[in-house]
Amino acid sequence: MQVNLKIFRYNTEKGGKFSYDTYTLEAEPTDRVLDLLEYVRNYHDGTLAFRRSCAHGVCGSDAMRINGVNRLACKVLVKDLNTTQITVEPLLGLKVIKDMVVDMEPFFEHYRSVLPYFINDEPAPEDGRERLQSPEARERFDDTTKCILCAACTTSCPPFWSDGTYVGPAAIVNAHRFIFDDRDRAAEQRLKILNEQMGVWRCRTSFNCTEACPRDIKVTQAIAEVKRAITTGRVD
Amino acid sequence: MSDTNTIVHDVIVVGAGLAGTWAAKIAAEQGVRDVAVLSKIHPLRSHSGAAQGGIAAALGNVRPVPDSGPRGPLEQLPDGATPVDNWELHMFDTIKGSDWLGDQDAIEIMVKEAIDIVYEYEHMGCVFSRTRDGRIAQRRFGGHSAPRANFAADWTGHVLLHTIHEQALRHGVKFYSEWYCMDLIVEDNICRGVVAMEIQTGKIYTMRARAVMFGTGGYGRAYKITSNAYANTGDGVAIAYQAGVPLMDMEFVQFHPTGLYKHGILMSEACRGEGGYLLNANNERFMERYAPDKMELAPRDLVSRSEQTEIDQGRGVEADGQGIYLDLRHLGREKILKRLPQVRELAIDFVGVDPIDALVPIQPTAHYSMGGIPTDADGQVIYDAEGTPVTGFFAAGECACVSVHGANRLGTNSLLEASVFGRRAGYAIARFLESGASLQSVSGDPAEKQRQRVQRLMAGNGKSSESVEKISQELKTTMTNQAGIFRDGERLIQASGTIHRLRERFANARVMDRSSCFNTDVLSALETEHLLSFSELIVAGALERKESRGAHFRTDYPKRDDENWLKHTLAYQTPDGPRLAYKAVNIDWEKYPPQERKY
Repeated sequence: MQVNLKIFRYNTEKGGKFSYDTYTLEAEPTDRVLDLLEYVRNYHDGTLAFRRSCAHGVCGSDAMRINGVNRLACKVLVKDLNTTQITVEPLLGLKVIKDMVVDMEPFFEHYRSVLPYFINDEPAPEDGRERLQSPEARERFDDTTKCILCAACTTSCPPFWSDGTYVGPAAIVNAHRFIFDDRDRAAEQRLKILNEQMGVWRCRTSFNCTEACPRDIKVTQAIAEVKRAITTGRVD
Repeated sequence: MSDTNTIVHDVIVVGAGLAGTWAAKIAAEQGVRDVAVLSKIHPLRSHSGAAQGGIAAALGNVRPVPDSGPRGPLEQLPDGATPVDNWELHMFDTIKGSDWLGDQDAIEIMVKEAIDIVYEYEHMGCVFSRTRDGRIAQRRFGGHSAPRANFAADWTGHVLLHTIHEQALRHGVKFYSEWYCMDLIVEDNICRGVVAMEIQTGKIYTMRARAVMFGTGGYGRAYKITSNAYANTGDGVAIAYQAGVPLMDMEFVQFHPTGLYKHGILMSEACRGEGGYLLNANNERFMERYAPDKMELAPRDLVSRSEQTEIDQGRGVEADGQGIYLDLRHLGREKILKRLPQVRELAIDFVGVDPIDALVPIQPTAHYSMGGIPTDADGQVIYDAEGTPVTGFFAAGECACVSVHGANRLGTNSLLEASVFGRRAGYAIARFLESGASLQSVSGDPAEKQRQRVQRLMAGNGKSSESVEKISQELKTTMTNQAGIFRDGERLIQASGTIHRLRERFANARVMDRSSCFNTDVLSALETEHLLSFSELIVAGALERKESRGAHFRTDYPKRDDENWLKHTLAYQTPDGPRLAYKAVNIDWEKYPPQERKY
């Protein structure tokens, strides 16, 4: 089948205005959008820039807007789009460096701000073995352990677009992963951080984040659980 | 010390997967103040994170239900019962899996420390699936005689990588995200630093350090069908080789039996660990003919060869007959959703098949590099069979060759190896610095050579402009067809000639992108140069090794030959091409003498 691939182009080094290039390509219905981008870069225009690595949806490199929706280019097959007109653009709300490559640093700064690491300074069990954790306690935060920090959620969030200092859904998801882990001891500190002005209360529950998540994490629900923990002072 | 083109750190780690990040975290924890990690992609995008099935350690948390047979259900170990597993069993399985090419002293260290490192992960907050009594859950895996794959559903690598990265952040490790290492600076067998490019600006720096560690990953991208990420272009091994460091056992490349048909994307071995079947076009569980005892849970080299034999003899599936079916239907919906959620999603997304009620087409896929930079058990890179160190240079993980995997790695031993030897390298680096290792002088401007390398790619040499992509594709086709699962002298000689011609063509290569900002065209070209460099060694080692052992199978020499080939290959760079030398395997002849390898 033939598809028309319209690609956003911009290079900070050159400056000026952004533009679009369009290519008419022969594609298999089972080709990924990433395959099309690879083809263009390898055989038509080597100046095209985008990130990618694992190419099967687990490393989180290639989040971009595909026909206006945040997706991983490696997880979208041509046939899934139900159209032969395909437009790829960089994520919104982060500065474009070159074509599909955006400056991820503000995103990771928000991630780092929620203490995204396990904190428990109590001694490990005396026998040296694992801390026990029931399957139920483990299940409590299973969903938010799946995050691959691709930024699809945060850059689909209207409050984040209007104010990039909002910590954003991905950071809250990563805080949630520790707040609801019964082995962790820093829930209070994280809840305090997220109770600040640029924390969870900026969320307007538009559910864009949940729809954008390529890992099917119930992001909006995780945010609601964090809000409730702040309000009730209880983690359960 | 620093000028605008030079950066200095105490320790520079290249690669931010499990091995590199462990080393960085431990060195920092041991008091080394200035530890930097370079990664060409964001650290959390590293390929360790894609590992699915588990990390091996004989914790003994579960056991097979008594009298339920070798493939029966598992249960948590009842209170007071003796565990069915221990490190000695893990050791023997690993030795046998390696087809006796693994160094037994290193294997012993790995399997003993396995238990401790899995607990350390847990103490650092790593999430695992749990048994009813709250212990770390375990499943079966190929080539292991007891259930010892410790797992978190089927995204174990993801949770391990996140855990160690988080703790490295907590310990103040500095990450250079999207910096591409281009060269290793070694003079007089002493490592003095690296040369690296900041991808966003294209600026190339000399980076000096008292110690350098490589955890740069494997080289599966030399093959057409591979489970490996785009990033796995073996940069580290190629760079080390160019800098005069030998490479060991490069001919041993593992093909995983269950890559998604045509894509190569991994369907975890956990699929078979949980009880999945392999079927040919006649609906037969053909493994019966090749490994009657272990069946689908035989080691990967054997299962991949069995699949390829079925395919070659006309019993493959799909339109071109190049596939095999993976059957999970009998596991039931609940088990698949709970234990194999990610592989189910991959099958749905990429081949449109839901394993709950349909057969998944798969084929062997290039997966793991057993060979690499030779090291001792502390990650210290060694120069020769006598163990002469390359002072100040360390390596661990898939880019290194300790060797614990020998001729074939067992599933779940890779996350283990990267963790154990990454951690050991971290301690060794801290000791090395504490013993007074100082910053060594660097002659000239090593970065300038790399700037010229990039300029040459941008300008071309005026003769013609070869497409890098075409060279890369031809290489991958050659490696798959002529240096793949089945090899023979004739095809390897052809492959050698092809690679030689491709290298000549690469000299005329020219990229399209001439900007300095995020130039992925230049990066691809540099990566292709690295692929060409080490692929020559895979072929050279395979051509010389006139026997079949583990993942290296010669149809013209189908038997293992311990008399002549129970030894490691070392490949050295010379102006006339690679020179091969050999190194003895560490074997405990009393306890673990070579045996026939049957499953």
